[in-house]
Amino acid sequence: MLAILVIGILVPVIAGLGETTRAAFGILPALGKHDFNLSAWQQLFQLPGFTTSLRLTLISGFLATGTSLILTIFGCAWAYNASDKCYFFDKLKPFIAPLLVPILAAPHAAIAIGLAFLLAPSGWLTRLFSPWLTTWQLPPNLTTVQDLWGLSLTLGLIIKELPFLWLISLVALKQIDLSKQLSIAQSMGYSYANAWFKIIIPQLYPLIRLPVLVVLVYALSTVDMALILGPNTPPTLALATMRWYNDANIGMLLPASAAAMGLGLLMIASVFVWETTMTLIMLVTKVMTRTGARGRHWKLVSTALATALQLTLTLGFLSLVVLLIWSFAWRWSFPDALPTSWSYQHWLRLLTHWPLALQHSIALALGSSTIAVVFAVAWLEVQDRFGGHLSRLTLWLIYLPLLVPQIAFLYGLKVGFLRIGINGGMNAVIWAHLLFVFPYVMLSLIDSWRALDRRYLQVAASLGTSAWGCFWRIKLSLLLKPLLLAWAIGIAVSIGQYLPTLMIGAGKIETLTTEAVSLASGADRRLVGVYGLLQALVPVLAYTLAIYLPRLISLKQTIK
Amino acid sequence: MTPFGDLRSIRLIPTYILLTLSLTTGFFSQLSHGNQWQKTLDQAAGDTVYWHAWGGDTRTNDFISWVGEQTDTLYGVKVQQVKLSSTSEAVTQVLAEKAAAQDEQGAVDMIWINGPNFLAMKQQNLLHGPFVKNLPNAQYLDLSAGSAATVDFTEAVNGLEVPWRLARFVFIVDSDRVENPPQSMSQMLTWAQQNPGRLTHPIVSNFMGTTFLKQALIELTPDTSVLQQEASKASFEKASAPLWAWYDAIKPFLWREGTSFPENEAIQQQMLSDGVVDIAMAFDPAAAAAGIASGLLPPSARILVPSQGSLGNISFVAIPYNASHIAAAKVVANFLLQPETQAHMQNIDVLGSFSVLDTKKLSHQHTMAFSSLPTSEALPTLVELGPTLLEPHSSWTNLLKQHWSMRYSQ
Repeated sequence: MLAILVIGILVPVIAGLGETTRAAFGILPALGKHDFNLSAWQQLFQLPGFTTSLRLTLISGFLATGTSLILTIFGCAWAYNASDKCYFFDKLKPFIAPLLVPILAAPHAAIAIGLAFLLAPSGWLTRLFSPWLTTWQLPPNLTTVQDLWGLSLTLGLIIKELPFLWLISLVALKQIDLSKQLSIAQSMGYSYANAWFKIIIPQLYPLIRLPVLVVLVYALSTVDMALILGPNTPPTLALATMRWYNDANIGMLLPASAAAMGLGLLMIASVFVWETTMTLIMLVTKVMTRTGARGRHWKLVSTALATALQLTLTLGFLSLVVLLIWSFAWRWSFPDALPTSWSYQHWLRLLTHWPLALQHSIALALGSSTIAVVFAVAWLEVQDRFGGHLSRLTLWLIYLPLLVPQIAFLYGLKVGFLRIGINGGMNAVIWAHLLFVFPYVMLSLIDSWRALDRRYLQVAASLGTSAWGCFWRIKLSLLLKPLLLAWAIGIAVSIGQYLPTLMIGAGKIETLTTEAVSLASGADRRLVGVYGLLQALVPVLAYTLAIYLPRLISLKQTIK
Repeated sequence: MTPFGDLRSIRLIPTYILLTLSLTTGFFSQLSHGNQWQKTLDQAAGDTVYWHAWGGDTRTNDFISWVGEQTDTLYGVKVQQVKLSSTSEAVTQVLAEKAAAQDEQGAVDMIWINGPNFLAMKQQNLLHGPFVKNLPNAQYLDLSAGSAATVDFTEAVNGLEVPWRLARFVFIVDSDRVENPPQSMSQMLTWAQQNPGRLTHPIVSNFMGTTFLKQALIELTPDTSVLQQEASKASFEKASAPLWAWYDAIKPFLWREGTSFPENEAIQQQMLSDGVVDIAMAFDPAAAAAGIASGLLPPSARILVPSQGSLGNISFVAIPYNASHIAAAKVVANFLLQPETQAHMQNIDVLGSFSVLDTKKLSHQHTMAFSSLPTSEALPTLVELGPTLLEPHSSWTNLLKQHWSMRYSQ
């Protein structure tokens, strides 16, 4: 098993990064460069706007992650009635998990394009109030999206990442005995809300720690969203790196590789800073809890958070709504509130184009995500049974594909695959997807797996259940929900892969995403609408399954 | 019954003409090139060409699939477009194959390539050829030394790539909003001062953004002959000084005071359509007409060519050195040069891209096929497009990008 993991995941990762590292230090034989030197790094630091790019990356990355986490915690409290009202969202509370799914499932780029169209001075919100209220016949020359501080990029990231963290938290909360702990706390004089924040949150955070780090890493490295919502003169570091990689001057591959490595190191450092900060915060909270103060209700903060939560969700939904409208538009001129002329031609066009692409997308997603879940479970089970943890280094290596820009990593991977004679084909692409799907699956599963109450297993074992019996009948059935969620996340990750599909598939495997990304570079919102919604469709089905299947099963067991 | 089946359907007629013509040209080329071309055709039959091409324009994508249908009918060669979001993705692919010593059976058969990428691939010996002269339809090209079809991005083509569509730098203006559009870069400054915030250009790391700067450089610099030689520090500083003075003056009047720019020309055209700016840019004289036809631009969009003329070049296709289906790629490249194909391409209802063929070398029948094409108010004629300005030596492009970044992107 371990051998498969090592060969299947670690070797390609190391091979992929090896090429990038060599290039960052001046060695790229395909270009006739054979000598070790540091000039790529010098070139990198001297590039204009480097410090601004760095600042932008850090601001948007940390701000987006911090805010998403705070809103997630508040959102969980709200879902369990431990917070203020969220007005009309309160009616939706029982359906909150399925409602988060479309935003979670939609591709980052689609949400970004939808949001940009909402908020731009020429966007939907302005159009709704123009010209009758604003008197604007032409859009005002204002700055909303692509602001120089990267705030609209941060907002986009929060909109997209909040549902991810929230859904994972809602699943993780099932592992905590809420009602018992809360009633004890209440009997000791803590208000319900206070008990929630002082007792439940410190238990929740360790369960979602790794997913939070995933969000941090994604926010620091996103290209899709930065391209649409971020400033571009200069852009974030990730976007700048991609530009250098795509530069027609092949010689730019060297500083681009250095930038890719630098970005990886920056992310590792950021993870370290984040972890240290969180440890400190947890310490302070612990001290505050120990004082035994029953606490005040922070009305103002609570109201502010409720407002922010509603705003974020509303903007997320509206981004999808405008995409849906665009997908049926022909022309939509300023300041019309709705399309000037309609057409279903874009959907019709797809009927001839998409069946094969959809088929490929589904096959790749099912294949890579299922294998990833099997691998993850096998890995964790082996650790449980034979003890010992795989070294931290191994764990870091698995996550490396998330830490460096894809293009940096894929070039080396492609060379590696070609050297062992793999050139294209579905299996190779599934393998390549696996490298990106597996870390996500592992990250969303590992904390829940470890939090499983071991006493169930001890009881079962003492009643004579074999190790396999424990595994099948207790672990898998108790962990069905996080397992299915991890599988659904894996599917969403696989559906979104563009470069791995293109490069490892040698361009011969068309998917919804390869079609969508190439078209999106042409900036046709109508087509982005059609493809974005289609891309969201498969993950929506997977998430819905992940949410409802366990309920169905537990219902069946209750009836028995 | 003719061997070509039922001719009652008018739709079949173009195919019929195409078929007969290609058979005749096939015949003549056999005489001139011996059996060479027939061998290529025989080798190619049954193959599929993986044509890596930027996939951001649905009309181009549709045209490429039409090409595939035709070559399949005529020669049994299928075309599969690999839609890219950036041409460099194909270059990276070939480079990775070279690094892995995969010198045949490569994944990329043909690339719609731009000048900078061509230069890079040529310098790294990543291209197959020379082969252009061996194509029967090369007879319709002006391949005399120094002609537009023999130079790409100031680099000699050397028969390594085949021209297929004409590109010209043009402005697109919304004629409802702009009554007296600026005819030159100096007029553009005055216009921008009168209409603050209504002008922008694509970001300079983008091909179109650099082209805009080059056009301004050519118009503003006193002595354009310097631009044809490799730039030195001194010659660059001297020649570009008027450009920077002009840019400093115009920057505060650009959209968002020149602190942010659209990512590419497609985004800029979207801004024109949204009413955010009044002027957009394109490297395609048919851009306005095509944009109107597909609903992406307002019906009032019109092409504007600078009075002195504008930069122009030709779009090429190239074959990587390790392509799997070299013969089939040549068949497709040759088909692209077929006068009927070029006329079909120039049809504004199809693509609207101007032909790369030398009009003097075309038969009367072919010339008629071009002159009978439908017209559009938004489509300029070749005469209206005016003279094509010479591209500066490629060293100028890199320096322009660098200096612009140092001055305006910190």
